[in-house]
Amino acid sequence: MTPSAVRSPARLSAGVKGHRTLLTSGGLVVLLAVFAVFPLVFPNPLATTYGFDALIFIAAASAWNIFSGYSGYLSLGHAVFFGSGMYTVAIGAKDWKLSGDTVFALLPLAAIVAAAVAVPVGLVALRVRRHTFVVITIAIFFIFQLMAFNFSFTGGTVGIDAPILNWAPGTYNDPFYYLAMVIAAVTLALSWLIRRSRFGLHLRAIRDDEDRARSLGVHPMRAKLGALVLSALITGLLGGLWYYFIAAVHPQSAFDPLFDLQLALMGFFGGLGTVFGPALGALILEPVQQWLTVQFTNDYLSEILLGAVFLLVIIFLPRGVLPTLGERITSLRSRSRDRSVPVTTADGGAVAEGAAPDGAPPDGTPPDMAAPGTSTASAPRPAGRREGTPS
Amino acid sequence: MTAELRTEGISKAFGGVQALDDCSLTVAEGSITGLIGPNGSGKTTLFNIMTGYERPDSGAVYLAGQDITGESAQKVFGRGLGRTFQLTRIFPRLTLLENMLVAAKPSRERGSLLARAGGAADRRHARELLEFTGIDQYASALAGTLSYGQRKLLELATVLAADPAIVLLDEPAGGVNPSLIQTIAARIRDLNARGTTFLIVEHNMEFVMGLCHQVTVLDYGTVVAAGPPEIISTDPRVLDAYLGASLDDEPSPDGADA
Repeated sequence: MTPSAVRSPARLSAGVKGHRTLLTSGGLVVLLAVFAVFPLVFPNPLATTYGFDALIFIAAASAWNIFSGYSGYLSLGHAVFFGSGMYTVAIGAKDWKLSGDTVFALLPLAAIVAAAVAVPVGLVALRVRRHTFVVITIAIFFIFQLMAFNFSFTGGTVGIDAPILNWAPGTYNDPFYYLAMVIAAVTLALSWLIRRSRFGLHLRAIRDDEDRARSLGVHPMRAKLGALVLSALITGLLGGLWYYFIAAVHPQSAFDPLFDLQLALMGFFGGLGTVFGPALGALILEPVQQWLTVQFTNDYLSEILLGAVFLLVIIFLPRGVLPTLGERITSLRSRSRDRSVPVTTADGGAVAEGAAPDGAPPDGTPPDMAAPGTSTASAPRPAGRREGTPS
Repeated sequence: MTAELRTEGISKAFGGVQALDDCSLTVAEGSITGLIGPNGSGKTTLFNIMTGYERPDSGAVYLAGQDITGESAQKVFGRGLGRTFQLTRIFPRLTLLENMLVAAKPSRERGSLLARAGGAADRRHARELLEFTGIDQYASALAGTLSYGQRKLLELATVLAADPAIVLLDEPAGGVNPSLIQTIAARIRDLNARGTTFLIVEHNMEFVMGLCHQVTVLDYGTVVAAGPPEIISTDPRVLDAYLGASLDDEPSPDGADA
C-alpha cells in the first residue's frame, strides 16, 4: 500500500512541474527569437546600442546571481572583475599591437585574468560573512580603482584608447550585439544547470545556514570560491567586450561603483537566487536607466532616481518580482481550490485509491496496512505557503 | 556500519571559564549513550569538539581508533559522524527533499559537476527516510513551513541521509510534545537495531533513562559518573549534580569532588 500512497502525490506534482517547465522553455525560445531578430527589425544604431547594453547587463546580473544570489554572499565589488577584463583587453591590444578583429581573440584572456583575480579576492573576503563581507568587497573594489588610477601600465587617469575597428557604421553594433547575446544565453543556461546541481544545492544550503551545511559534509570555501571564480570569469569576459565596444577604458568607468549597485538592484528587483529574476531585472532596469540618462542631461538626477527605485524595491518587493508573482499565483490558485473543498477532497481520495497497483478494494485491505495511504491522502498540505517558483 | 567514539582528557577554556576539564568518555560501538549534566556543564562544547566545530586546548578525539582531533566539521561528517543542533537547524528555503539531498554523497556514476543534485538512488533513499520519520507528504514543501516538531524530525532525517555510523543528538526531545517524543525515541531504537550508534544530550530524564544503554554524567566539564541508567539514576553524585542536594549542608565544589 505504501508505494501507492507515495507515488500518487509525486505523480501529480511531476505533472504540474512538467507543464511549468514546458511553459518556461517555450517562453525562453520566444524571447531568444525576439532578441535574435531585434537588430533586423530595428537596425538603428541607437536601438542596437540599447539592446547591447541590456544583454551585457542580463549576463552580468545573472553571473552576479550565480555567486551572490545562490550563496547569499552579496558582492558589491563585481566591478573589480569587470574592470580587470576591460584592462586585460586594453593592455593586451596595446602591448601586442593588435588591431581590428584580432582584438576579439583577447576576450578569453580577459575572462581568465578576472577569474585569477577572483581567487585571492575570494580567499580573503570569503572568510567573513554577511555585512562584513559586503564591506570587504567594497574595500577591495576601491583598492582596484586606486591601482588603476596610479599604476603606469593602466595609463593612469588618461586610460587606454581601443584600436580602431573599420566596420561599416550601419552594422557596426551587430557583432557586439550577437556576441553579448550568446554570452547571456550561455550564462543563463549555466545558471539554470548550477541551481539544480549538487554544487548549486550546496550554495543554497550555505545561504540558509552555513554552519549546519558544514555538519552535513558541505565544504563552504570550496563551493563559495568556485561560484565566485565562475561569476568573475563571465564578468571579466563581459568587461573585455564592453571595452572594445566603448573603445576606451578609464579608472572611473572600469571600476565604477554604480556598476556594483546596478547588479545588486537588478538582482533584488527580479528575484535574488532565482534563475531568471536578475535577467528580468536587467531587461527592465537597464533600458530605463539609459532612457533616464538621455532624458536628464544632469547625470546626478538619473543616479538619484536609480537610488529611489532601489528604495522602492526594498520596501515593496523585498523578495523581487518573480518570487512575488509566483506567490500571488499560488495563493490565487489555492484560494480557488479552497472554494471547491469537498470536490477536491473527494478527488484526492479517488486518486490515491485509484493508484493502488494491485487494485485491491479499499475496504478489503487490513486497517494497519491501509493507514499510511489514508493518512497521506488526507494529510494537510502547506500548499498556500509553498514557494513561488524559484526558477 | 558502526564505530566507537572516544575522547581522552579533553580540556577547553573560554576566557576564564573552564568549559571542559580533562574529560574522557567512551561511546561504545552499537550503543545508545546518554550524556547528561546541568546547564553549563560542557555537553554542547564536547559535541562541538567531537564534530570539528571547536578545537580542544588539550586532549584527543578518536573515531574507530583514529585520531580526528581538530579536523574540519565537513571532514568529520565524511568519516561517518553526524550531529544535530540544540537549536533545531534546517535549511528553511530549500524543500524537504532538497534538505535531504544536501548530505547525499556525490554519486560516482555521474561525475559531472553540473549533474542534477541527487541521483535516483539518493532520491529514493531520501524519500524513504522522510517516510521513516513520517514527514514524506511534505517532501516538496519548503522546510521553513514546517512546525517545530516536524523540523526536529527533518533534522534527524537529514543527518541520516549519508548513513552515518554515529549520530550525536543535541536535545532531540527539547520542546517537543509527548507523543512526538515517543515517535523520536522509537525511531532512534529502530536505527540502533540496524547498527547506528547514538550519543544523546537530553534533559528529559524519562527519555534518557528509557532509551539509553549507558549514561555519562558531566559536571563542571568533567565526567562524574558513567554506567547503566538504573545505577546512574540512584547515584548520589548525580543527584547532587542535578538537584544540588548537598547545597544546604556543604558548599557544592566539595560535593562535586566527593
